Amino acid sequence: MHSSLSLSFSSSTAIPRSGYSSELSCAAPPSPLNLRFCGLRREALGFSSPKRNDSRRVVVSSRGRSTKVSASVSENGSAPKAFDYDLVIIGAGVGGHGAALHAVEKGLKTAIIEGDVVGGTCVNRGCVPSKALLAVSGRMRELQSEHHLKALGLQVSAAGYDRQGVADHANNLASKIRNNLTNSMKALGVDILTGVGTILGPQKVKYGKVGFSENVITAKNIIIATGSVPLVPRGIEVDGKTVITSDHALKLEFVPDWIAIVGSGYIGLEFSDVYTALGSEVTFIEALDQLMPGFDPEIGKLAQRVLINPRKIDYHTGVFASKITPAKDGKPVRIELIDAKTKEPKDALEVDAALIATGRAPFTNGLGLENINVVTQRGFVPVDERMRVLDADGNLVPHLYCIGDANGKMMLAHAASAQGISVVEQVTGKDHVLNHLSIPAACFTHPEISMVGLTEPQAREKAEKEGFEVSVAKTSFKANTKALAENEGEGLAKLIYRPDNGEILGVHIFGLHAADLIHEASNAIALGTRIQDIKFAVHAHPTLSEVLDELFKSAKVHAHVPSPVSEPVTV
Amino acid sequence: MASPLLSRVSISNATAGNTISFSSSVSNGLLWRRSAAFPDKSRRKVSTVQAKIREIFMPALSSTMTEGKIVSWIKSEGDVLSKGESVVVVESDKADMDVETFYDGILAAIVVGDGEVAPVGAPIGLLAETEEEIAEAKAKASKSGSSAPPPPPPPAPAAASASPAAPAVAPAKSAASAPVPDGPKKIVATPFAKKLAKQHKVDIGSVVGTGPFGRITPADVEAAAGISPSKSTGVNEVSPVAAAPAPVAAAAPKAAASPAPPPIPGSTVVPFTTMQAAVSKNMVESLSVPTFRVGYPVLTDKLDALYEKVKPKGVTMTALLAKAAAMALAQHPVVNASCKDGKSFTYNSSINIAVAVAINGGLITPVLQDADKLDLYLLSQKWKELVEKARAKQLQAHEYNSGTFTLSNLGMFGVDRFDAILPPGQGAIMAVGASKPTVVTDKDGFFSVKSKMLVNVTADHRIIYGADLAAFLQTFAKIVENPESLTL
Repeated sequence: MHSSLSLSFSSSTAIPRSGYSSELSCAAPPSPLNLRFCGLRREALGFSSPKRNDSRRVVVSSRGRSTKVSASVSENGSAPKAFDYDLVIIGAGVGGHGAALHAVEKGLKTAIIEGDVVGGTCVNRGCVPSKALLAVSGRMRELQSEHHLKALGLQVSAAGYDRQGVADHANNLASKIRNNLTNSMKALGVDILTGVGTILGPQKVKYGKVGFSENVITAKNIIIATGSVPLVPRGIEVDGKTVITSDHALKLEFVPDWIAIVGSGYIGLEFSDVYTALGSEVTFIEALDQLMPGFDPEIGKLAQRVLINPRKIDYHTGVFASKITPAKDGKPVRIELIDAKTKEPKDALEVDAALIATGRAPFTNGLGLENINVVTQRGFVPVDERMRVLDADGNLVPHLYCIGDANGKMMLAHAASAQGISVVEQVTGKDHVLNHLSIPAACFTHPEISMVGLTEPQAREKAEKEGFEVSVAKTSFKANTKALAENEGEGLAKLIYRPDNGEILGVHIFGLHAADLIHEASNAIALGTRIQDIKFAVHAHPTLSEVLDELFKSAKVHAHVPSPVSEPVTV
Repeated sequence: MASPLLSRVSISNATAGNTISFSSSVSNGLLWRRSAAFPDKSRRKVSTVQAKIREIFMPALSSTMTEGKIVSWIKSEGDVLSKGESVVVVESDKADMDVETFYDGILAAIVVGDGEVAPVGAPIGLLAETEEEIAEAKAKASKSGSSAPPPPPPPAPAAASASPAAPAVAPAKSAASAPVPDGPKKIVATPFAKKLAKQHKVDIGSVVGTGPFGRITPADVEAAAGISPSKSTGVNEVSPVAAAPAPVAAAAPKAAASPAPPPIPGSTVVPFTTMQAAVSKNMVESLSVPTFRVGYPVLTDKLDALYEKVKPKGVTMTALLAKAAAMALAQHPVVNASCKDGKSFTYNSSINIAVAVAINGGLITPVLQDADKLDLYLLSQKWKELVEKARAKQLQAHEYNSGTFTLSNLGMFGVDRFDAILPPGQGAIMAVGASKPTVVTDKDGFFSVKSKMLVNVTADHRIIYGADLAAFLQTFAKIVENPESLTL
């Protein structure tokens, strides 16, 4: 709110233009449409201003414009001239949905093929129901923390829960969001075609339920958005009851006394939060040498201190679960561990249940990729930076794109959606490259973890290669009024930046509502905002957002860097 | 705190990393003070040679810290240090902190390397004053490395789980550890049990596991450590059925503390089902409530007549009694109240009659909610549904745990009177015996044979007193003896 105000000063008045003002004004146009697609790389941002005006005109007269574009597309293609659809999306998950909505906005005749239920993994078996469980676990944790409540002067008698009630909440949320998604597409006129979609050839797709007659449709452009399924390594027998994947765990059919979680990434971590809040004890099994690989090491270490060590959790690191046998005949679940490096047997565990959270595998079987000479790599569809599918020889397959988990670039729901939007931009005649470094990620433990951009080791490696300096700034939630008011001072925000020009390389937050706080940083990265500019943005007091305010202010950028908002402007 | 010399703790501020300053000398505090009083270096050199090689101690960074891990040495051996500089990063149970030196000097030797652990107060490095002393310090470091090495860290979790050190204990206590087979066996302890064992310095190998599959539970460790089980830090699912794990845990320490007599040969041990465990838990809990009992005879001829009349309409005796009790409770709200905290009455807004039902070797109390408001027929219908659900184990939590008053009837077995245990959370329970033909005298001295049933109410005397209960029973008897109002 405040920041957008200060930004609009610069665009509403003629200030001497520096290199940054053009980027800044990107945020200023009043149309929210444009705001959403600013996740451009810096080179893509280097438009001259007339061109940007042009893109705004596209929005105003989108229908007329897009027909022109499509005409030019079909001119140089060899495929049939008249298509059933401008765009066909295979897979109605969050990625497909985001692409479909944007395609309609751009005036494309759009269809979406779904063989299962609308919403895909995220809505039905992922982010959405897990947030319902985490909402419960967060409250349980609060109510159980006698010390914490006492400090606030609260008295609560023993908290309890009804497992079925919790499970119903997750299920109801998923169906509500699924309906919202379905209705939003129907309302906009997206055709939802039911059945498994298979690519027959260039610009040609068939779909239909198994055992029913199949329909063949043609499309000017095709987007593959088939997503992923839980990855179950060899040797692990999933019975859906005592040895489960996230698909089963989200139904919360039982709360075991002791559950082993294989994998300590986002999924494993979130489930450990749920299970320990509901009274289970948890054992992590992690193949790498440390828990929470993929997180910034410093954040990971702090998170381990808060999320693992004080809880009823232990862990085995550097080991693979080579064999997991479900509980049967009165015997518990048995897990055999081998050393991750030497492969020698190391230990065996007997627990009440095991959750396999080793990651996700792309769901690309039956897509008919062989018909267009595309070979998957470990199941992933190979794509270039514009999500264009590459065939076995490394050549572009015309009019075919792949977004989301199926391409494996960044397996996050909102990344899939952003990729889908980027593809629609391209097929409507505007080149667009998504900057994946501007896509935030969050882990919804209590407290939450969020991040955008590079981790410190990644930044240092890049700096070494490219020869620039890296600095790190940190702020603690302990200094934040709002966090202290909530009695939730545990937390850290970390900024990795270039002191020479003020570029933000990465931001990592661990603390109360970290997942909501990250967007100021991710937007800054997406828009190319520099620290010396964003530090003048005003934050309401007292709010958690001041953690970031302080973070930006504590960064030390060399003084000579010009700043477009340094001159006072009266309005 | 290891050293009285640890004098300045500067926590720079919350936004930056925390920094602790400390230093010390090898010799005791007295010596150090003297050397400080005579800053002339050359003289000191003559008098106390070791005084210039100072030890860097593992500082205590929090009140609970017993050992610290060296995250990394910021300086390496041979680096020249100036006062106030950060030398090493130490990880405590709470945070990473930079530790800075109080003295100028040269970091001569690192005794405890990166990633290693040392107890609070142990030397982790040596600081020499001049270059000549480095060799001496090094020699000292290597000596101290062998003579006074940092004590081995207390059993790490991995060691604890793998340690087959004391499996012999298990067979010794065979009575308590029936499910544990003889011979050395891998020790299985839950994550929290291991944590507790480490915290209370209990050798996990000597703990007898009483959990499922003989695993060591947190309660077992607490019992071994001789502490009372932490009041249910675990989370209970609301339903008594699912709350079962808690009673198991709570009961275990007692069993372990006073070894049970050896079982009679040939006996079999059948663990409780979850329902049975919940019953057991509730029964033990009931002992904390001071109860008393009041009995009352009730003539049932008219009730029996009414029952014959409404039976074809699906009305059961249970529904009749529940309705009668509910109507009586409506007039005596204190009997429908409960005492939750020992300090107050909790008057319940609705009258929910729980009825004890024996089912598949268990006991459950489906609840007729708002029994005073529903008519007899609805109540009977509701009861039928509840019984069916109970059989199918489909009762929802609120359908068996929302009772405000319990009815238990053993009359059908010919029991003439009995005494019920008050379930926790309720104010009173009524035990109903069989209705039997009895010779009674009326006020004019005429004998007659009437059906008489004895009811016996157990109540919480903290809130319900004798007169309350007597008055309630009188009302109940009046309703049963003039049952027309039941059908209204």
